[in-house]
Amino acid sequence: MKRSLACLLMLAAATAAPAQTKTLKVVAHADVKILDPTFTTAYISRNFGYMVYDTLFAQDANGTPKPQMVDKWTTSKDGKLWNFTLRPGLKFSDGSAVTSADVIASLQRWQSRDNLGKALVAAGAEWKPAGAQGFTLTLAEPFGMVLDALGKPSGFPPLILPERLAKLPTNAPMTEVLGSGPFVFKRDEWVPGNKAVFLRNPGYVPRSDAPSGMAGSKKPAFDRVEWLYLPDANSAIAALKRGEVDLIEQLPPDYIAPLRADANVKIGSGGSYQGFLVMNQSFPPFNNAKVRQAVLQAVSQDRFTAAMGYPLDMRVTYCATWFICGGPNETDAGAEPFRKADVAKAKQLLAEGGYKGEKVVLLVPSDITYLNAEALMAAQTMRSIGMNVDAQTMDWASIGARRAKKDAPEAGGWNMYVTVAGQFDVNSPINNAYLGAPCGTSLPGWPCDKQLDELRAAWIKETVPAKRKQLLDAFQRRAFEAVPYVNAGQYSAAFAARANLKNIDKLWGGLPNVWVLDR
Amino acid sequence: MGYLLRRLAATLPVMAVVAVVVFLLIHLSPGDPAALIAGDLATADDIARLRVALGLDQPLWRQFGLWLGRLASGDLGTSIFTQVPVRELLAQRIEPTLSIAVLTMALTVAVAVPLGTLAAWRAGSWIDRAVMLFAVLAFSVPVFLVGYLLIFAFAVHWPWFPVQGYTRIADDPAAWLRGLVLPCINLALVYIALITRMTRATVLEVLHEDYIRTARAKGLGVLPVLGHALRNAAVPIATTVGVGIALLIGGVVVTETVFAIPGVGRLVVESVQRHDYPVIQSVLLISAAVYVLINLLIDLSYRLFDPRIVY
Repeated sequence: MKRSLACLLMLAAATAAPAQTKTLKVVAHADVKILDPTFTTAYISRNFGYMVYDTLFAQDANGTPKPQMVDKWTTSKDGKLWNFTLRPGLKFSDGSAVTSADVIASLQRWQSRDNLGKALVAAGAEWKPAGAQGFTLTLAEPFGMVLDALGKPSGFPPLILPERLAKLPTNAPMTEVLGSGPFVFKRDEWVPGNKAVFLRNPGYVPRSDAPSGMAGSKKPAFDRVEWLYLPDANSAIAALKRGEVDLIEQLPPDYIAPLRADANVKIGSGGSYQGFLVMNQSFPPFNNAKVRQAVLQAVSQDRFTAAMGYPLDMRVTYCATWFICGGPNETDAGAEPFRKADVAKAKQLLAEGGYKGEKVVLLVPSDITYLNAEALMAAQTMRSIGMNVDAQTMDWASIGARRAKKDAPEAGGWNMYVTVAGQFDVNSPINNAYLGAPCGTSLPGWPCDKQLDELRAAWIKETVPAKRKQLLDAFQRRAFEAVPYVNAGQYSAAFAARANLKNIDKLWGGLPNVWVLDR
Repeated sequence: MGYLLRRLAATLPVMAVVAVVVFLLIHLSPGDPAALIAGDLATADDIARLRVALGLDQPLWRQFGLWLGRLASGDLGTSIFTQVPVRELLAQRIEPTLSIAVLTMALTVAVAVPLGTLAAWRAGSWIDRAVMLFAVLAFSVPVFLVGYLLIFAFAVHWPWFPVQGYTRIADDPAAWLRGLVLPCINLALVYIALITRMTRATVLEVLHEDYIRTARAKGLGVLPVLGHALRNAAVPIATTVGVGIALLIGGVVVTETVFAIPGVGRLVVESVQRHDYPVIQSVLLISAAVYVLINLLIDLSYRLFDPRIVY
């Protein structure tokens, strides 16, 4: 027995070679499978994009767009002509210089996919090179969000690719990765389903400003960053406690309280998220705004986020805005009647909407814990006001396929599914695609409200701040009438880091600005 | 040789059935990889365009034909998510899986066969009862629970072994072995329990044979007697070990997940969750082929233990 124990100890003592590089090990919130952030809105692919690509502008920690790859810019008095100049010395990781041709091709690719990009196109945007380092934007009409668009942090961020890649067809993901960002993707160490490795980009040219949000210097302190995909939460936490990993990007809510008691671990906010109850507005009963209002009236946001497992200090008891409490567009316009969940009032709205007990097919995801809780709360909430809920449980992949179907619910379609979205995808009328409810959209649920569409267009065009605020308020008031989707509450995702990791307070909004970290 | 050829020929219809069943099962189950790839905010038009780009809009019979055609030319296809060839994905996963399978079965045989033989030799004694109690416990406690306990004890409380991860043997043999200790103990416990019981039962039966009694009466020592007994009890034990190896190569999802080892089991499960058709189809087909092959090797191995067996 003693001999066996001695053998075990000897084996244990045969440790790995000491680290030769400064490595940051991060347990990523998902496995990176698609290496093209211009193709999918999956957050893990977006994060991948931020590691290897750079942007012209980027939001600082206050949400203000700041120049990133751009050195100087000017705009005409009427806001229809913009001139930009790139910072000198920018280059892709293969050593080739970043030119205006790369920028214009990348922006054109982005415009074909992104809401803000499409809005720019609708405003008559035309990009033209002005030498190798300069480019211009001309607009047919004023557009109040040019810099916001170029520094858009989520959805499809306008990342700058080499022209050769940017001109590839957009109907399938790109497989080549070549950026000018702070890290280089190490493809030969990529094990899908397990690990993605990034090395510091030796050719990256950082800004001189201090890092803030996604803006400022992105000069990393670590030579190497490993994204590990650990599907078992218990093992991920054991690895963090042991010091095998430095950071868990998204901590399952059940583990927040126990880890707070661990002196070796620090917990922080990984960005705000909003719960969504998405309704199919092509079929009864949710083709009736009164019925949608009834569900909104019955929802207790706090109960939803509590059911998802978030502790009191990481959830907002009631958030009166559709645009993220604490965000740049927070407003409580139109929220008053819905502040308190009121079952009696919801039943009354249901009756006014002529609800006759039609079955509501609710898609319940079985494989994502917090979405499962959100869906079960949705079922309970609707049942509490007398709705006839048919909760159908399936995996998320099946929901993805089912929600695209336009068939009637009884013929394989659906009435409601649930999801969540990060703060940058809901914090304005343009980023919040569902709330804009543009008619003719192909967003699952097919929301359509001409007034919202018009108000959104007016808000985008408006350049005077006071008038923009008035339009924002009008937009939200109308949203409470039309209810394109139900806001099921706001919470903060949590990350967990080893206590010896410095600057974790500079991590921002659930985005991967790991260049701020040091050990 | 004739037997071997007949057995190899018999695998062809098996593989054909596996190919058809796997293809139909995964394509007829609900779910759309295009919707997952496109992301949560994708529009129905985006998803439809992607389906066309991936060839998922084609009729099933055509997709099946294309897959078979590629397979015939040795092309296992490409993952529709990562765009990485399935061959490359498998190459990444096969080393961890083989490492786990070989080390687990080596540990199992090293522990279970002596333990089962000892229990049979001392049948009815406290040793026998202790061995059987251990076997029942090892078989009954869920694998994931044992995994968590091992991690807590030997990776967190006494930090002797890593919690997670896999190091390639070529990169660092010591780290490779160190990383596999806990997962292999975790997996081996179940097989040790199974093979210990199997060994005990078969050896006990053989020990009651006349020739063993004769050998003992002639004064043969304990070890030579047990050696004779074991050889005659080896066929069912070899069968169980062989099936165990085949199952381990097919993937041990729970252990791979708990210890974050990128093996074949996790590849299959992740591909099923994402409906990554080319990966599921090819990996399951290869797993089936490996299973058939190992069964054939087990059958052939019987002659080593018992020359009376003739094919």
